[in-house]
Amino acid sequence: MTAVEAGAVAPGGADGAAKKIVRPYGDTTGDGMVQVSFTLPVPHDKRAEGAAVQLANRMGIDPAMLVHAKPIGEGFTFFVVYGRVNHLVDLAAVQVVERDFPLLSAKEVNAVVKQRLRRKLSVVGACIGTDAHTVGIDAILNVKGIAGEKGLEYYRELKVTNLGAQVSVPELVEAARVEKADAVLVSQVVTQRDAHLHNTREMSAAFREAMPAGKRPLLIVGGPRFDESMTGELGVDRIFGRGTTPGEVASYLVHALITNKKATA
Amino acid sequence: MTGKLDLDPALVARARELARRAGQPVVDLARSHTTVSVERAVLRLAGVSGADPDGIPWVNRLVDAVVADVGLGHGVALPVFDALVREQITDVTLLAQKAAAGSVRFEVPSGKAATAARKAARRSVGAGVRLIDRRRAERERLVKRWGDPARRPWIYLIVATGDIYEDIPQAQAAARAGADVIAVIRSTGQSLLDYVPEGATREGFAGTYATQENFRLMRAALDETSRELGRYVRLTNYASGLCMPEMATLAGLERLDMMLNDSMYGILFRDINPVRTFVDQRFSRQVHARAGIIINTGEDNYLTTADAVDEAHTVTVSQLLNEFFAHEAGLADWQLGLGHAFEINPEVPESFRLELAHALLARELFPDAPLKWMPPTKHMTGDVFRGNLLDGFFNLVGAMTGQGILLVGMMTEAVVTPWLSDRDIALQNVRYVLGAAGGLHEDFVPAPGGFIQQRANRVLGEALELLERIGEQSLLTAIAEGTFGIMKRPADRGKGLAGVARHEADYFNPATEILEGEAA
Repeated sequence: MTAVEAGAVAPGGADGAAKKIVRPYGDTTGDGMVQVSFTLPVPHDKRAEGAAVQLANRMGIDPAMLVHAKPIGEGFTFFVVYGRVNHLVDLAAVQVVERDFPLLSAKEVNAVVKQRLRRKLSVVGACIGTDAHTVGIDAILNVKGIAGEKGLEYYRELKVTNLGAQVSVPELVEAARVEKADAVLVSQVVTQRDAHLHNTREMSAAFREAMPAGKRPLLIVGGPRFDESMTGELGVDRIFGRGTTPGEVASYLVHALITNKKATA
Repeated sequence: MTGKLDLDPALVARARELARRAGQPVVDLARSHTTVSVERAVLRLAGVSGADPDGIPWVNRLVDAVVADVGLGHGVALPVFDALVREQITDVTLLAQKAAAGSVRFEVPSGKAATAARKAARRSVGAGVRLIDRRRAERERLVKRWGDPARRPWIYLIVATGDIYEDIPQAQAAARAGADVIAVIRSTGQSLLDYVPEGATREGFAGTYATQENFRLMRAALDETSRELGRYVRLTNYASGLCMPEMATLAGLERLDMMLNDSMYGILFRDINPVRTFVDQRFSRQVHARAGIIINTGEDNYLTTADAVDEAHTVTVSQLLNEFFAHEAGLADWQLGLGHAFEINPEVPESFRLELAHALLARELFPDAPLKWMPPTKHMTGDVFRGNLLDGFFNLVGAMTGQGILLVGMMTEAVVTPWLSDRDIALQNVRYVLGAAGGLHEDFVPAPGGFIQQRANRVLGEALELLERIGEQSLLTAIAEGTFGIMKRPADRGKGLAGVARHEADYFNPATEILEGEAA
């Protein structure tokens, strides 16, 4: 489903409190237009097209314009539908994990670590389980970084150990111990059968078992398919989702470990 | 199609000579060592099959038993065939079962006993090699009967459900929709298993386990579809990871048509010990050569970790090394699906012209190899509309530079495993580009001295510099220092090192003997 750009304030509630109601924007404020594509397991005929329109209606698209229908494979039809969606979104009721720490430059990160921690901050990173996709952890850790922003290895005051792919949880715990890790970064890309969730729970449990509270490193996981609000459930301190940059991670490390350090629970 | 880039033939010859110089010490290393997987492959050729009740293959149990008694350095053929005579049995699998129960002692025979064991081993392993020969002849017959795809590049599609019984209908549907080559992606993590699982499997992560039975089931299904379509649909799997030699052997026995087989991929991306990899790779390529299998090398992977412009020359260097190792193992040019990829950041100015220059360079350096052209992955963002456009440009480069095998790019790369509709849209993209511009490589000649010629020559120059540097320090040092794909992999580290042994003076391997006899 393609979410079209958020539109404007709904007519009625504009002058009230901070209540902002939006609906999708096609080419006119308030038109509510969206575009979706999907496949139904039926051969292409009139009935199939009717079924597609009915599905779109149930999704709140009314009227639904069926603009494209094409048989694909045997007994399947692909549809593209444009139409007006009758759902509204109240921006005041939207809940997200907002960044709750200041974004620092590499220089500022180095300065805080040097002045307040007075030693290098040790970071250990890995892809755990059978996940071999090091793209994420490498983007955050390698000097090369991502989108022109250098990775954590570039930060003079950070000591980075990147264990790479397919690291077992015991190996990770041992490396964290040896490197006296202040923080452990784990990347999980493969999500089949919720592997990313199982692996993360296994990892956090292993750290809880191996090290007493207060001695444990900060546990951070990242990956494109995580829900950032699941920290409690997964037993980690922070989850970073799609599009996270090394600078955000470094700023968070400084925030959590130095400037906002609270007694570890 | 030579001379589109005005490459200096002396420089090209120099590059090949340097690749030979860098690769030769590695070949010498491979010729003087063996691994547990090479020895297990020998036993598979001798007919050992099946697994114990825990799923551990009998070849593993037998090699482990031999190693425990006499070590690995003599090879397993002598001790095993000597024990067969002493135990007065003919079935090697039965011997493996007895050995696993601890009722057989192995020793290294000498004199007449050794001569008899060698003779029996040659006969038994020779029968396995002849089976591979028959499978190759069968492929040639079927290709003649059903025909090759009408045009190049061959369209290469991936299935990856984790369940062989789901893979089969998906693969058949993909073939009907236009795929010429089906690759069954392996389960994540199989590369690090030091054994080949047995039987048909339905549980895999992001792919399906490669097993002999899964190979057989899929090949039989594609034969059915090939007959129906009047076009021989090829099947691909992976000779990579810790079991390269065995995968190659099973692929030969089950008439797979292509195998991913890279000289350095396992080292760089799976942290497998470099010596283990090079020994395993040489044997597996000798088997591929015999089986008439086309190898696919993995240069595309370098560009997913390193910058595709700055590091373009490492692809060329790796292709030259892969070519050297492949020729040395007996593979012919038509079997070399050397890899490269469309991975330049689309925000880079002139990125399309740079892609054209790199793809054409590969084409001109390896005119007789069916190059494997890999789609964008690193810069696919989840914006599926832009992704579809990028894939269109990728297909166009393939058409303009005469690539042999085109892996179909998915606009949902990095989002989801491809849906039925994603695959259909991707194939529509390929069909449009090949239909509209399939012969464009005939007309496309870059301007003399222009951007593309200059870029290609510059990449070749950088490749030569790197090869000169490697020449001074040996390939193993270069790998240890992170020359390829940024990762550093020292020769004394990595997975699978324990399964490597230097040849003893009486090392005997009937498979290598037969395979090299034929290649010479």
